[in-house]
Amino acid sequence: MADVAQSSHAHAVPRKRTRFEKFRQNESLRRGVTAIVVFLLLWELGSRFDEIFGKAWTLPGIGLIPPPTDVAVAWLGVLPKPGYWWSWVASFRRVMTGFIAAMVLGIPFGLMLAVNKYFRDIFFPPFEILRPIPPLAWVPASLIFWPTNEMSIAFVTFLGAFFTIVINVLGGARTIDVRYLRAAQSMGASQWDLFSKIILPGTLPSIFTGAAVGMGITWEVVLAAEMISGGGTQGGGGLGFFIWNSYMGGSLEQIVVGMISIGIAGYLCSSAIRWLGHYFMPWRRLF
Amino acid sequence: MHCKVAEFTAHAGYQQVKTLMNMTPPLRDERATMNTSTTQRGALSIRNVTKIYDPEGVNVMAVDNCSMEIAAGEVCMIVGPSGCGKTTLLNAIAGFHSITHGEIFLDDALLCGPSKPKAEQAAERMVVFQHGALFPWKTLAENVAYGPTVQKTLRKKQALEKARDMLSESGLGNVVDKYPGEVSSGMARRAEIVRALINDPKVLLLDEPYRAMDALTKSIMHESLLETYDRTKVTIFFITHDLEEAIFLGDKVHVVTTRPCQLKKTVSVDIPRPRSYETQSSEQFRLLMDEVNEAVHEEAIKAFQAGEREMA
Amino acid sequence: MATQYAGGTTGHRIEAPTGLALLIYRLKEALSTPKPYLMGFGVFLWLFTYWLLCEGLKLDRFDKIPGPVAIAKEWFSYEPFQGISFFTAEYYDHILASCRRIAIAFAIATGVGVPLGLFMGWSDKIRQYIFPILETLRPIPPLAWVPLAILMFPGFEAPVIFLATLASLFVTTLNTMLGVQSIDEEYFRAAGCLGSSKWDIFKNVVVPGALPYIFTGLQISIGVAWFSLVAAEMVSGDLGLGYLIVDAYMNNVTVPMVIGMITLGFVGWFTSVIVRVIGNRLMQWQVKELALQGR
Repeated sequence: MADVAQSSHAHAVPRKRTRFEKFRQNESLRRGVTAIVVFLLLWELGSRFDEIFGKAWTLPGIGLIPPPTDVAVAWLGVLPKPGYWWSWVASFRRVMTGFIAAMVLGIPFGLMLAVNKYFRDIFFPPFEILRPIPPLAWVPASLIFWPTNEMSIAFVTFLGAFFTIVINVLGGARTIDVRYLRAAQSMGASQWDLFSKIILPGTLPSIFTGAAVGMGITWEVVLAAEMISGGGTQGGGGLGFFIWNSYMGGSLEQIVVGMISIGIAGYLCSSAIRWLGHYFMPWRRLF
Repeated sequence: MHCKVAEFTAHAGYQQVKTLMNMTPPLRDERATMNTSTTQRGALSIRNVTKIYDPEGVNVMAVDNCSMEIAAGEVCMIVGPSGCGKTTLLNAIAGFHSITHGEIFLDDALLCGPSKPKAEQAAERMVVFQHGALFPWKTLAENVAYGPTVQKTLRKKQALEKARDMLSESGLGNVVDKYPGEVSSGMARRAEIVRALINDPKVLLLDEPYRAMDALTKSIMHESLLETYDRTKVTIFFITHDLEEAIFLGDKVHVVTTRPCQLKKTVSVDIPRPRSYETQSSEQFRLLMDEVNEAVHEEAIKAFQAGEREMA
Repeated sequence: MATQYAGGTTGHRIEAPTGLALLIYRLKEALSTPKPYLMGFGVFLWLFTYWLLCEGLKLDRFDKIPGPVAIAKEWFSYEPFQGISFFTAEYYDHILASCRRIAIAFAIATGVGVPLGLFMGWSDKIRQYIFPILETLRPIPPLAWVPLAILMFPGFEAPVIFLATLASLFVTTLNTMLGVQSIDEEYFRAAGCLGSSKWDIFKNVVVPGALPYIFTGLQISIGVAWFSLVAAEMVSGDLGLGYLIVDAYMNNVTVPMVIGMITLGFVGWFTSVIVRVIGNRLMQWQVKELALQGR
């Protein structure tokens, strides 16, 4: 079937459809919207169960969560407050610091590991010993080591993304087809040409994969670090702190607002990486 | 049947049936008598079939008013340029997708037609795929035993036994317990044909099964298929774009046009069976090659200029 | 027998070594390359730098971190100065608590995630209903659920397990779904024309075909589970390795903190090896195929 579907041929007769028609005919979109609406309705019902049927009917788990309508109201309440937006800024700054540091150090390190056999033999084992330690386990040690809280959060964030990026770069660079290198050599490429024209672009897809995964980890780590260490006043805010603060203050709606905000922030970041990947790798744009 | 053959000896299409009658190798005939019906069954009739794909409102006509008759026990080769809609036709017969217009009959039973656009999948029509579709997670024996087991015609243990026997007969006795990934592509493809034959199908549908093989392996595969055919006389519907393969194996070669697929020319191959690789150097073979080549080449140029992406 | 290989030039027909001889052969091969020595040197260099910074030179700030000698002394002592060593029951209590939680969380995530993913991959309808919900919830990091988890579930144990489960559930489900979608259409067709029922196809095509992806997913998922578990234990636990680390920090003892980190790394690595070994056992066909391709 694919052989025929792939090309628009002389026999192709395109039909115009209105947007509404498209929605009506697009079953997957319709089902998706239905599912999310049902999900929200169930959540609303589950949370308000006790309000409808009386206190004795509080459902376990979900009955303690604020309903989506209350969350929306609370969100509207914090939207005009500058403090909320400063949390965004603070978290973004931390994520970017750690992430960029990890990229700047991780990509060359990974490429070195891939290119030089002796370098790999010497430096890969300690790397592999340290890699399984979850990034958050480093939090207390880095709090002791670094003079400020901000630096220790940056360090842990960096670690979280660093391991992922290095592993991806190494894996990507090592799977480059030898034939490309030989072809380039036969055309008279220098060592630097080989590196910049073959190895680097050949590794780009894995760099972006690593970056996307690393970005996810970075957000988790920043969030946790903010909740663990930034819970104090010197933490300087952040969305993790926003959640923790709401928890301490007993504002359940705000906890959920914070969670959704972080979800949106993380989604924006990974979309940005996907877009960059699309931009820098034109040969991967298949359609 | 006998008198018909006598009347139409001049007609090359029945040449094969004639040779069959004359040949009668008594030693091999145990199986043939067991399946006496095989020569009588498996006639395919494709009548005015049209298939239009409509993915997201883009109409693509893959098959246009295509008709062909395939006699029972015939080896029918379909030759055409890449991506011309041959596979679409095969998929319609196998029941993988529907047809837009027309009818397909198997032994006078309607497979698909206006009232029933999509044929039901059934073990009477077995497909051997382009890239091979032996389940990589089952050993060769388990693969072959799969059909009878799920159809519940045999118990699993009996099915496995029968699978081992049949594989041994095809010269695969020492790899029955290996996984498809461990054996050569030629062996895997042979096992796949055994997996099809164990179900005693009426028609064997082969979709460029030897496409990715080197010439040497291919010639061995051809001989093995011919040997299998001589034994079972199953109807074979074989898609290819290798002309030598088409003439060497087939009773009839149907040349089809580039998309949309239509029947362009039918060439009858009256080279007597059993055939061996020496056949390929005969004068008769060369003449047939020329004839088919002429018809195909024109279509190949058209297809190339249309710039269609080849099927991977 | 082994000497023959070492000699190599005897001119005799060389047979493939088996059993113990194979092991010796491989060992000799490995030791004749510089790799193991370089690796040893690398680890040594790393440990030495660590020691030099923290204990040798006692540089500012580095002196707050316990060095390798201090850690080793404490770890192997019968009466550890800071409370945790190989010979204290407490150490194993923490390990056991964490492992138990991981086992429960991983079992729930696998038990729910694999079937869910299989059905999502198999049926367009189920996928179109469930996938959007998963995709909406997924960008929220599991750790953001910490406060809600504490509120929703009573006690120490349930929230921690919930968080670890949540993290690995997404990974397992999505990988399983991708696994089913990655199966070549032709296997379904082949199974169909061999006369399979829907259930036959599910059993013989969907499940084994998705298995490689499932196990890739499970290996990632157990890593993610440890990640969340540590965070959850640090915030809300009363036992476990994450708690050990944070508790040591609170009490200003640094050695148990580092011991906790190393133990976590080792246990985490070990569990992922177990998952891999189980996967390889179940997928003999793939192991053999890859081995023949020389990978």
